[in-house]
Amino acid sequence: MYGAIASLWVRAAWVYRTSFITLMVANGLMTALDAVAIWVTFAHLDLLGGFALHEVALLYGASSLGLGIADTLIGSVERIGEYIRTGRLDQMLTKPLPLLVQVCADQFTLRRLGRITQAAVVFAWAATYVDWTPARAGVAVMMVVSGGAIFFGLFVAFSCIQFLTKDATEFANAFTYGGATLTQYPLTIFPKELMRSLTFLVPVAFVNWYPCLYLLGRDDPFGMPAWLQFSSPLAAAAMVGAALLVWRAGVHRYTSTGS
Amino acid sequence: MKGTPLGLYVAIATRAFRRYSTYRAATLAGIFTNSVFGVIYSYAYLALWAANPDAGGYDKVDAVTFVWLGQAMLMTVAIWSGGTTTELLERIRSGDVAIDLYRPVGLIGWYLASDLGRAAYHLVSRGLAPMLVGLVLFELTLPPTAVNAAAFLLSLPLAVALSFTLRFLVACTAFWLLDANGVRLLADACAIFFSGMTLPLVLFPGWLGTLAEALPWSGVLQVPADLWLGRHEGAAIVGHLGFQVAWLLVLLACCQAVLRAATRKVVVQGG
Repeated sequence: MYGAIASLWVRAAWVYRTSFITLMVANGLMTALDAVAIWVTFAHLDLLGGFALHEVALLYGASSLGLGIADTLIGSVERIGEYIRTGRLDQMLTKPLPLLVQVCADQFTLRRLGRITQAAVVFAWAATYVDWTPARAGVAVMMVVSGGAIFFGLFVAFSCIQFLTKDATEFANAFTYGGATLTQYPLTIFPKELMRSLTFLVPVAFVNWYPCLYLLGRDDPFGMPAWLQFSSPLAAAAMVGAALLVWRAGVHRYTSTGS
Repeated sequence: MKGTPLGLYVAIATRAFRRYSTYRAATLAGIFTNSVFGVIYSYAYLALWAANPDAGGYDKVDAVTFVWLGQAMLMTVAIWSGGTTTELLERIRSGDVAIDLYRPVGLIGWYLASDLGRAAYHLVSRGLAPMLVGLVLFELTLPPTAVNAAAFLLSLPLAVALSFTLRFLVACTAFWLLDANGVRLLADACAIFFSGMTLPLVLFPGWLGTLAEALPWSGVLQVPADLWLGRHEGAAIVGHLGFQVAWLLVLLACCQAVLRAATRKVVVQGG
């Protein structure tokens, strides 16, 4: 069902081809410039927080891939406040489909492929430095899937704030895009307390940090247990579960604006 | 625009200031988010300057100050679109811009005045608050001399106006394109990168650095920040303010020209 709605929007976007292509290029450029910034940083140093360029690139690529996948799948969930205001959410509630599926598939756009492509290129380059084993390949696949799921959960959960207030949407950005920005860097540059809260509170560290430590064959710089490096799917399941609960509570609380 | 009393522009700006100040929850949420990003970038820059203590001629205190100046100015100068030009873009798309063109005030003057009013509100709310958070959490530097402080204050409205002209030109593409969002996103990407928001321009190596410092976006963040940090003295201060003024004049002329071409098109469509 999600696929059907999504393909409808893709076909609609393809009608405005120039706009579609500019958006995709712009999206890729936006993230590519982030990668350039990392390269510029390494023009001034050899190790950032004890990590070399190709290691930081691996962290960046993995996190950006996760965000890109989530961003493509969740579509309009960030704009739920707008749907409430315009009464569109009421329309959706009358249809015999899960609301979350409808909201996520609504205005589905492939322009975020720009980010995914760019992230994949950086990731692929960094991957050439990894000493690949079957176990590492498995962890890498798990990392990308779990990363997407964790960001998906974050976006859905924090978008639910909009059921409570129509104004404070930017609050969510601190956790979603803030999490994405944070994971571009090795966590060693941050205080230990932050690393702990990113492991146990908002599980952003599982998007790339723990699995990348395994891929790079590095011991945990904070001395955290090694099994955490394989726990991304667990963290992702917990995050998505929590997000679905928050979503249910949000929809339950929702009363129409009446417009 | 000729003959329009200054009082009118002040009135437009005041209304814009009030309009934006009604969204208190949004302001608080924004301050929180700016502060979170400020903390993240501060640690990133501290790590960078720990590895290379005088990268780009900054020391680590300068670098962290730059982060918080960036977060404080992000909304004020509206680097990341937003501002009254976003409204303009919507009004061009919907055709409401025809009403704006009937007003007894020029379109550029009207939107520039309201953007300055908006900027004033964002400066006292989303500018000051994150700066205070930064001062509490990290060691920051204040402008070393009164001259530097004055130069910074002068460069702020110039930075807003400069960013306004760039955003105005992007909004005007909506006269020709059905969907200007692609252009807007492209312009945003350039603005964030070349203003120094992603990394201070002083770190950009070789030709990239020369290019970045010559482009108008550097006048939006890098120039005011360097004036605050006291990186320039005497004639160099005047030179950097002059850089902003020169780009502003060039871009205002571009806005006029583009608007003239666009208006002709509107008349044709409306006939």
